[in-house]
Amino acid sequence: MIIAENISKSYQENQALKSVSFNINDGELFGFIGPDGAGKTSLFRIIASLLLPDCGSLKVFDYDVVKQYREIRQITGYMPGRFSLYTDLSVEENLDFFASVFGTTLKENYELIKDIYIQIEPFKDRLAGKLSGGMKQKLALSCALIHRPRILILDEPTTGVDAVSRKEFWELLDGLKARGITIIVSTPYMDEALLCDRVALIQEGNILSVDSPGNIIKNYNKKVYSIGSDNNYRLLTDLRAYPTVLHAFAFGQYLHYTDSNPELNINDLGTYLESRNHSNISLQVIEPGIEDIFIDLMETVKVN
Amino acid sequence: MNRFKAFVIKEFRHLIRDPRTVFVLFAIPVIQLLLFGFVISTEIKDAKIAILDFSRDDLSEGLVNKILASDYFILETELSNINQIEQAFRSGQVKEVLVIENNFGRNIVHDGAGAVQIITDASDPNIASLLDSYTRNIILDYQQEISNKTQAASTIIDVEYRMFYNEELKSAHLFVPGTMALILMLVCALMTSVSIAREKELGTMEILLVSPLRPLQIVLGKVVPYMVLSFIDMLVIIVIGHFVFGVPVRGATSLLIGTGTLFILLALTLGVMISTISKTQQIAMMISLVGMMLPTVLLSGFIFPLKNMPVVLQAVSLAMPPRWFLQAVKDVMLKGAGIAQIWHYLAIMFGMLLFFIMVSVKKFKIRLD
Repeated sequence: MIIAENISKSYQENQALKSVSFNINDGELFGFIGPDGAGKTSLFRIIASLLLPDCGSLKVFDYDVVKQYREIRQITGYMPGRFSLYTDLSVEENLDFFASVFGTTLKENYELIKDIYIQIEPFKDRLAGKLSGGMKQKLALSCALIHRPRILILDEPTTGVDAVSRKEFWELLDGLKARGITIIVSTPYMDEALLCDRVALIQEGNILSVDSPGNIIKNYNKKVYSIGSDNNYRLLTDLRAYPTVLHAFAFGQYLHYTDSNPELNINDLGTYLESRNHSNISLQVIEPGIEDIFIDLMETVKVN
Repeated sequence: MNRFKAFVIKEFRHLIRDPRTVFVLFAIPVIQLLLFGFVISTEIKDAKIAILDFSRDDLSEGLVNKILASDYFILETELSNINQIEQAFRSGQVKEVLVIENNFGRNIVHDGAGAVQIITDASDPNIASLLDSYTRNIILDYQQEISNKTQAASTIIDVEYRMFYNEELKSAHLFVPGTMALILMLVCALMTSVSIAREKELGTMEILLVSPLRPLQIVLGKVVPYMVLSFIDMLVIIVIGHFVFGVPVRGATSLLIGTGTLFILLALTLGVMISTISKTQQIAMMISLVGMMLPTVLLSGFIFPLKNMPVVLQAVSLAMPPRWFLQAVKDVMLKGAGIAQIWHYLAIMFGMLLFFIMVSVKKFKIRLD
């Protein structure tokens, strides 16, 4: 159980976290979703006892991050956002080193990291600096796991990793979750939010909402329109000029549009767009995705 | 303990895999020492000397001939009185004057002992001491010859040595202790601070901090490899200095090594202290170079004599660890001092060591900032 109460953190002028509170249950795969600069890394460092919060309290399995940091460091596996292993040591040497640091050996915990390590084992004599991005992530994950942590903190583990490796990486996380390890992960990719048990949407140091991805989508009560035409660029400008617009943004080859009026007549919008000389207009109501909801939440915060 | 061992092994791996580090550690000390050594000392050949022979008997002339017959010396001029000695040196041509006492031959035959005096121009101290030792060797040879010839029980030629212009031989051989101070500063302070800063810069410090490693283990793990290497460097410098340049070790070798070890520890803690205040390798390097190397070279008495400095700089030099190290090593190596003569230098260095350790431990962060 991780319990955070009113955590704040500032760097000089810049307030990275604004009185953030949340709970993470044992064995949960918990995601923090938010853009760069939302405060995810600061929050993770506080959980890992690497950073002191300005105020508020945070407990990891009943250990206080400020007073009992030693205990926390025994049970935590931490993978920073930047690749932070020794590039001049080989894969195996890195693993051996971190195993010894935690008072264990690769052999002892081989079974835990087997699924991951097996993929990089053929390159075990290669220097870590010469691995590809996906391989580096797997090595870093192996190193973070080598001492059987109860809690795994992964700061943007899939940033800069190709789509296939990303998918594999999340499958590995699922396997670890099945072993009862509590996993906290942050990501800027919203599609990854769906793979978490619960997610916290975080922006500019505020947590906007905490729930399971399914509930977040289910409880969202605004209509989202998917709109396209021959000239999407002009379309976006025109939609944003519509009197009752809430927000409109490009999403793949269509635009996603939300109106501030829940009773909006779809034909009125169609007529408006025709009057602006758009051709080949496609206009339909769609199921909102997590991205739509997140953007909506962000916009709402900005307005407030 | 296993943790610590793993850490030290890791550090050695870093060292070995970075050819630049290996170069800095082993090639630079040797290159620097040889450079300093050879720039200062040159081989003696055809050195111009003057002779002031008060005796002018067979034995004295035999000695003069023997000296001139060697490849090392050329007679520039013969002097007839003491006042000409200064003049001869002033001309800049003469590097050494050999003075033979009055009645040299008779004294040897009657008393079995004669006296000569070697006077050298010590403005170039290394050449002066080389000339002195060459001349002495020849005189010793000659002494042996006379003994054999006269069948006397023993013949002694007393050699008195005097230097002109630099009587205390202040900078002679100083380059060895000086290079030692410089190299140890470089290896210990610079390399340690850079290697700790590198962990910060690469983000690995984050992982080390999250691990159960204690800060002290991290710091010691960083320090141990450089301690071993700088100890080797120190021995290399002493050995090269002694066998290549003939720098004497007049005091106890153990005292010399002990003093060096104290200085190594001092420089290492200095490096750790620098690293606690620098976030990147570059900053660590700048602070080490500007803050350590320059004072070592300029303010320790290595190149510029402390006595000639303005009072303010003399005061500043009091805070420079290399200054005390140089004093102590000079005294041990060149003057043959024992611990009784240098204990206060050692005490000052030890005090500095404690101070640096305290500051480093206080400043070492168990978290990021």
